[in-house]
Amino acid sequence: MKIRLLILSVFLGLLLAACGGGGPAVPEGVAEEVQFFNWTEYIDPEIYSQFKDETGIDVIESNFASNEEMLAKVQGGGAEYDLIVPSDYTVAIMIEEGLLAELDHDNIPNLANLRPDMQDVPYDPGNKYCVPYQWGTTGLAYNSAEMDEPESWAILFEPDPEAPYFGRTTMLDDPRESMAAALVYLGYDINSTDEAQLEEAKELLIQAKAAVYSYDSDQFDDLMASGESVMAHAWNGDILVAQEDNEDVAFTIPQEGGVIWIDNLCIPSTASPEGKLAAEMFINYLLDAEVGAQLSDFNWYASPNAASEELLDEEFLTDPAVYPPPEVRANLQYIEPLGEFESDYQRIWDEVKAAQ
Amino acid sequence: MITALRKRPELQGWLFAFPAAAFLLVFFLVPFFIVVGYSFAERGTYGGVVWSFNPGNYARVFDPLYFNTFLRSVYIAGATTVICFLLGYPLAYFIAMRSPERRNTLLLALMIPFWTNFLIRTYAWLTLLRTNTGLINVTLLNLGLISEPLPLFGNDFAIILGLVYGWLPDMVLPCFAAITRLDRSLLEAASDLYARGSQVFTRVVWPLTLPGVVAGSILVFIPSLGAFITPALLGGGRSLMIGNVINNQFLAAHDWPFGAALSTGMISIMLVITLIYFRTVREEAS
Amino acid sequence: MATVTSPPTTAPPETLREGVTFPQWDKIKARIGDYLLMLHGLLMYGFLYLPIVILVVFSFNKSKFLSEFTGFSISWYGELLRDQQTIIAVWNSLFVALVSTIISTVIGTLAAIAMERYTFRGKLAMDALLYLPVIIPDIAMAIMLLVFFNLSGIGFTPWELRIAGLRLAVPYSVIIAHVSFNISFVAIIVRARLAGMDRTLEEAAQDLYANPWRTFYRVTLPMMMPGIIAGAFLAFTLSLDDFVITFFTSGAGFNTLTVRVFGLVKKGVTPKINAISTIMLFATLGLVALSRLFQKGGDRSPVELEI
Repeated sequence: MKIRLLILSVFLGLLLAACGGGGPAVPEGVAEEVQFFNWTEYIDPEIYSQFKDETGIDVIESNFASNEEMLAKVQGGGAEYDLIVPSDYTVAIMIEEGLLAELDHDNIPNLANLRPDMQDVPYDPGNKYCVPYQWGTTGLAYNSAEMDEPESWAILFEPDPEAPYFGRTTMLDDPRESMAAALVYLGYDINSTDEAQLEEAKELLIQAKAAVYSYDSDQFDDLMASGESVMAHAWNGDILVAQEDNEDVAFTIPQEGGVIWIDNLCIPSTASPEGKLAAEMFINYLLDAEVGAQLSDFNWYASPNAASEELLDEEFLTDPAVYPPPEVRANLQYIEPLGEFESDYQRIWDEVKAAQ
Repeated sequence: MITALRKRPELQGWLFAFPAAAFLLVFFLVPFFIVVGYSFAERGTYGGVVWSFNPGNYARVFDPLYFNTFLRSVYIAGATTVICFLLGYPLAYFIAMRSPERRNTLLLALMIPFWTNFLIRTYAWLTLLRTNTGLINVTLLNLGLISEPLPLFGNDFAIILGLVYGWLPDMVLPCFAAITRLDRSLLEAASDLYARGSQVFTRVVWPLTLPGVVAGSILVFIPSLGAFITPALLGGGRSLMIGNVINNQFLAAHDWPFGAALSTGMISIMLVITLIYFRTVREEAS
Repeated sequence: MATVTSPPTTAPPETLREGVTFPQWDKIKARIGDYLLMLHGLLMYGFLYLPIVILVVFSFNKSKFLSEFTGFSISWYGELLRDQQTIIAVWNSLFVALVSTIISTVIGTLAAIAMERYTFRGKLAMDALLYLPVIIPDIAMAIMLLVFFNLSGIGFTPWELRIAGLRLAVPYSVIIAHVSFNISFVAIIVRARLAGMDRTLEEAAQDLYANPWRTFYRVTLPMMMPGIIAGAFLAFTLSLDDFVITFFTSGAGFNTLTVRVFGLVKKGVTPKINAISTIMLFATLGLVALSRLFQKGGDRSPVELEI
């Protein structure tokens, strides 16, 4: 009986889900739907219905929670998506592995809207395969009521046991990001493959561990906002959200530099020609000035869209935490894939985690 | 045909086993050979494999870092199992001794918390356990019962608590299944024969319910051994367990062959131990 | 296996101390034991429900963070109801859990019977095969199924069924994956029930009913029921909570709740997540209450058989 009821309710639910709508006619040779593999809640869902109203194409979203999982699924030959959102270094990997399709720029006239420094990115020169979607930086968040603005990464790697942040600091649970912080502090390239340099970075990370409350890439903003943590190795967008709840939360990029990252829209090489066309139409739509502004408004991350900038909030545009000033921007590095050296970084990270 | 079946119990056995065997052979064993195959291959630069014969992966399995991590995971999983048993067996007993109506209600009440989402439950624990803003510490501090926050987060205590919480039903359900087959008249007879209640337990109840305990301990130990989310969240990511290591090899390190080798290594050890454990304790019980 | 063959004899009362005879002392101890057991049960349920209470309370939190309760608000529920993606994900999860539970419970129970009641060649191999899905790390199983489904052409795109003009998407790749690991869990629990189960009832039934299948259906199966139900509960739970395997085997456009929640966590854990769980919680309670109402008039459930 119970089972019968469950089946009935599930059925009803699926019935609700199956109800769809209409829309204008989709052009010849273009797929009626775009299978979009995206981070969760990384796009204003309104945009989907707007796009459907304009073109008649349905965008169906599936989610992933990390670049690595997305990459493994595509590599293993999993489900077929038309559009994916990898971060910069994952794009580089996928290009090398032949997993991405070359974009047909004729179908994406709005590419001209991109900021000049995003039209030719190091991991994908000339935007042959990808289009920037949102970008951000990695730096330090701190509670301005309890501590002064940290000037250097030293605050993480040579922590003062008496300071308020000791034991109340979080670091990103990410081998590349954390190593990058250590390497940049030491003055090295964050994509170093020099064993001696990596060992030095490892020692610093183990030293830093004493002051670390937790390694957290998801909740560090929550911890800052609630006051559980006083300092955090953080991505800027999330900190902006925390600032809304707690004005004392601030963000800075230490003088040695930091990381800049870009999330991109790409089309897998396994996408059907019709799917690719539909995906390109969607990319073009996202690059529209207004839609670009809509995206940033929803996400609080910086937009790669120069045309959108005119439509964004003045406060947002001048916030150095979102749009770093040129002198800071010059110090930022992209994380690049390192082939088999990824194992070395992972092993170091394992050792840091295992250290007492 | 039916008579033939009746005459050959072995055939009956095969018949019952057939659906599971067929399904698992096709959808588990065959894919599993892929993993075994991977463990002997060379890594592709960014994931995937290059087919070759490379037993070197297995040599790396014995690296002290990973071996120690495995031992530490065994310790945590072991502690979790023991605590689950100490807490779960009496609970199973309590439920099993109610009337059948009550039993079902209690069982449902047991399972309902676990039909919320596992991750969400873990975050609820974080809300409780956090050092400075966690509800437990805040309440205790406000009540003046403690002067410093208790270290309830980011350590082995938190990890084991989270694992015990998550896997308790895995102990309670099999124990319950075994305890319910205790005949009440059996218990009455036993208490008439044996002088003390504790003897009723050790001589009658315990041996008869042992299969449930064995099943429960397997179902708690093994998932706890491979756990990686709970240690990452409740342990603050400050320690390493074998589940994290294997996960990272497949994902962040893009080293599928090594991940596969670690997996098959762990599976082999655990399979042997499980089979031995299962059979030995069962034999002792009968 | 203990079977009582001699009639029970009452032991003569031994006096342990003045005025308190042995059987009375035993009764007191039994009483205390009962109360302690009940206390333990209560504490355990308290322990189990503690985070659930927190979860429900915080779903009404005004702040978007889960650390502090800043005020009462139902905005998250509103947001949830507008979040079509998540609602669909919930139904997907339930559908997969339901189907895979039914299939794996049937197959797993049959396997348990085979392992506990019969000896046959290859039994050890079967034993090992049944343990493997429990032991294997999730990520390894996920990747191997991913590659296998790809190479074998089994694929991931859900089947589209049309029933009475409705479109139903059956995510068979995910269901197969869930059944794969659930069979073992069910088998292990049912085996615990079957092991050394008192066969006198069955033997008596066999003397009465000539047909062994009738015996099975009328006697053995009802006796196994608590184990089967326990196994089914566990399978359902594991299926709902699964992430890694589901993520890698799902087809394009197919999200389950756990996949979505893991992703939402990346974005930021908000009380909306709690709202999802609270709704599911109360929906389950509602369904249970409903089924109780229906059961009052219906047949006696086999589980009620007092053994």
